[in-house]
Amino acid sequence: MKDDVESREDRVGKLKGLGCSRKRVEDARFTQGKGNYVDDIKLDGMLFGDFVRSPYAHAKVVSINTEEALKVPGVLAVLTAKDLEPLGLHWMPTLAGDKQMVLADGKVLFQGQEVAFVVAEDRYAAADGIEAVEVEYEELPVLVNPFEALKSDVVLREDTVDENGAPKDGAHGPRKHHNHIFTWEAGDRETTEQVIGEAEVVATSDMYYHRTHPCPLETCGCVASMDKVNGKLTLWGTFQAPHAIRTVVSLISGIEEHNIRVISPDIGGGFGNKVGAYPGYVCSVVASIVTGKPVKWIEDRMDNLMTTAFARDYHMTGRISATKEGKITGLHCHVTADHGGFDACADPTKFPAGFMNICTGSYDIPTAYLEVEGVYTNKAPGGVSYRCSFRVTEAVYFIERMIEVLAIKLNMDAAELRRINFIRKEQFPYKAALGWEYDSGDYHTAWDKALKTVDYEGLRAEQAQRVEDFKAGKTRKLMGIGLSFFTEIVGAGPVKNCDILGLGMFDSCEIRIHPTGSAIARLGTISQGQGHATTFAQILASEIGLPADSITIEEGDTDTAPYGLGTYGSRSTPVAGAATALAGRKIRAKAQMIAAYLLEVHDDDVEFDVDRFVVKGAPERFKTMKEIAFAAYNQAIPGIEPGLEAVSYYDPPNMTYPFGAYVCVMDIDVDTGVPEIRRFYALDDCGTRINPMIIEGQVHGGLTEALAVALGQEIAYDDMGNVKTGTLMDFFLPTAWEVPNYETDHTVTPSPHHPIGAKGVGESPHVGGVPCFSNAVQDAFRAFGNVHTNMPHDHWRIWKTAHELGLHG
Amino acid sequence: MGKKMHIQMQVNGKAEEFLAEPRELLIYTLRERLNITGPHIGCETSHCGACTVTLNGKSVKACTVFVAQADGAEITTIEGLGTPDALHPLQTAFKEHHGLQCGYCTPGMITRATKLLEENPNPTEEEIRFGMAGNICRCTGYQNIVKSIKAAAAEMNAAKEAAE
Repeated sequence: MKDDVESREDRVGKLKGLGCSRKRVEDARFTQGKGNYVDDIKLDGMLFGDFVRSPYAHAKVVSINTEEALKVPGVLAVLTAKDLEPLGLHWMPTLAGDKQMVLADGKVLFQGQEVAFVVAEDRYAAADGIEAVEVEYEELPVLVNPFEALKSDVVLREDTVDENGAPKDGAHGPRKHHNHIFTWEAGDRETTEQVIGEAEVVATSDMYYHRTHPCPLETCGCVASMDKVNGKLTLWGTFQAPHAIRTVVSLISGIEEHNIRVISPDIGGGFGNKVGAYPGYVCSVVASIVTGKPVKWIEDRMDNLMTTAFARDYHMTGRISATKEGKITGLHCHVTADHGGFDACADPTKFPAGFMNICTGSYDIPTAYLEVEGVYTNKAPGGVSYRCSFRVTEAVYFIERMIEVLAIKLNMDAAELRRINFIRKEQFPYKAALGWEYDSGDYHTAWDKALKTVDYEGLRAEQAQRVEDFKAGKTRKLMGIGLSFFTEIVGAGPVKNCDILGLGMFDSCEIRIHPTGSAIARLGTISQGQGHATTFAQILASEIGLPADSITIEEGDTDTAPYGLGTYGSRSTPVAGAATALAGRKIRAKAQMIAAYLLEVHDDDVEFDVDRFVVKGAPERFKTMKEIAFAAYNQAIPGIEPGLEAVSYYDPPNMTYPFGAYVCVMDIDVDTGVPEIRRFYALDDCGTRINPMIIEGQVHGGLTEALAVALGQEIAYDDMGNVKTGTLMDFFLPTAWEVPNYETDHTVTPSPHHPIGAKGVGESPHVGGVPCFSNAVQDAFRAFGNVHTNMPHDHWRIWKTAHELGLHG
Repeated sequence: MGKKMHIQMQVNGKAEEFLAEPRELLIYTLRERLNITGPHIGCETSHCGACTVTLNGKSVKACTVFVAQADGAEITTIEGLGTPDALHPLQTAFKEHHGLQCGYCTPGMITRATKLLEENPNPTEEEIRFGMAGNICRCTGYQNIVKSIKAAAAEMNAAKEAAE
């Protein structure tokens, strides 16, 4: 080849494909204030809807008087359940097989519940209208504790009992009490009981994983516009799953699906908050049909924290058994899950407790049993996966705490206990006791790398010295070393066992190559900050040999994008990313035939090389993908249709199992309860790395959300069911001041079944981070007798722990 | 509904004049009345900073300023910081250093950072973290925001030096 010919390396570099830290294409509009979020949408004559909400957690709605409200200037309509009932829309199905009131139908079940929908010319008029609606309530006994709810005579939901007052079957089987939603089991109860009963060592722990909230900076909202002339409904909204929303809207409204267009514009963070369907969406659609005008609904922050999509609220009891040497023999987990007034968890249908059955973690535990009981209480519905795959945060927190508790019982180092119980590299694919088949992993390598990097032994020596100094009165600060090793289960999922409302959890990509060698690809997912427009173009660039800069990625418009189940549970890369690679390979297969025709050789005599097809053994004879693209549109090639397009729907054969090793070093002032994070090291293995810059950004963000949850963030209720943390004054979101710098690292263990070996990373840092921060706090007090204290470890609770351990003299 | 007030203000160098109820909030004025949608609403209680604008030379949260308080004011929003052909160094740095993800906090974050660097052209990491603590980001964990602001400061200082 001639010297002036571009080197192969340069050609690879120009593509900006897999593995490069490509700068984000999304950023130009966001840095210039030109994003297009749902509240930025303005349509002619658009109205604004807002809710009258219940001040009570449990009450009978005696009457609603809208007369005065309708006299308020600018108010056009006030909808109540009575208006929705003839349409069958006063209740709506939830993602969990339950149903939820759209507007209060005779009673309210949680504080902040939607009672009436005021439609007005602008937000101020709507607020005035809300003030003028008169609602008479009759208070009912409030149940905020799920254990009490399971014993109480108070029937929260009349639809759970038959005419004799006996509990009826629920969506997931028999109900043992009227406030009981389901019991879900995995594993072998009998053998587990036997193994634990006969074990040399058993450690137990009760832990409460508190209720919290994803709290994206942008709240939920929508704009519904019913075009009565053409019979078309357009619905813009903060939807993490726009296609599923279209199907749900069609099913509950009776509008044919082809007449509904759902658009997710730019989304200001989701973290699970924007997966479900909310009363605001239904009311906006109805209001648009009633008024003939577009109707916008946007939550304020209090609405958001109090009503849409709480996360966690799991009361977990664990028993773990081991030999005297620390080899784990069995694990038993019981969960009482507080689901609030309606079961609106966003889990695949067959998994009412999500993938909680990943709770054996990264360890080779031969026998295990899990039982989860869902319970109704007078709290908001939700139960979403806040920056995690379905209930995986709860599962990982549970096992990573159980390991610590067992280490204390065994008087053993917690890092060593993990090491001797890890699933070994040669055991993959590994069939876990609770049913999952882990696709790949190399835990020992990751763990050793992490411990070596942080000088684990040195840290333990320093900690021991600190304890001595503390006891000698030389310091008031203790040192905690938080460890966590997590295995996630993400990328839901195989259609054979994963569906939401009967929709299989595949995903999709459709590619069109333009004549001049640029392209557009559309996917069934939707970015909320993950940078899909950047990274999916990188996957394609490497597959089809056109530069990422020449590929537009589009998502979120159901009229143009292929059907997919959306973005949550780290499923975009594992599922839609796979569809993208496979659609790219279809493009390449056709391109190969075109290249062979142009080069006048047999199809088998050309091979793909970066950005071109070359004749085997004659690299100077080639056709670039750009040339091939043009030929696809301007040449009549015998036996080949014109054009260059492909579509792929990908049904993953298995989940993917990212893993990681985290270490947190913390100093804790026992007199103020203030923790200071001195160091945080995060090693992530997400398989093949698409864009290291974006991976690192995801890790920083996920760790910060983990810090929030572990160290202060909670949705708390008082005994009357009042939300105590309804604003950002009380609900902890860390600022730059509270957040440390993180050290990131990685190993690469590609997924064997994913076309490019990628596993997903957006949620790993949250899943692994929460137990790491929590373990650091708890570890600081280990030398003084602490076994377990519940999160969130805010300053007061840390101080209280110190106090109860007698550290204040 | 209250009596309307006559309001005048300069927004991003442009004179605006209108009648508004005194209870109207500045963020509403900007977003709904003037179609300036860069500043966002995140909390309506001054905690998150998504609505940060510069008002008479000070960073303020437009969600808790009445339009009546902004009568006669000079206001700069993200839209007034740079143009597509001549971006503000902070706008460039946030992209270069991955200082944003979902983008919702970004306009407020960058607008606040312009004031921070005006007041302190060479801030330490601690000063940046303290000076930006009124602006919440849920995506980035702040590490790359700090990095972006540091890089922009260096860039702006170098440009200033070159000009002198």
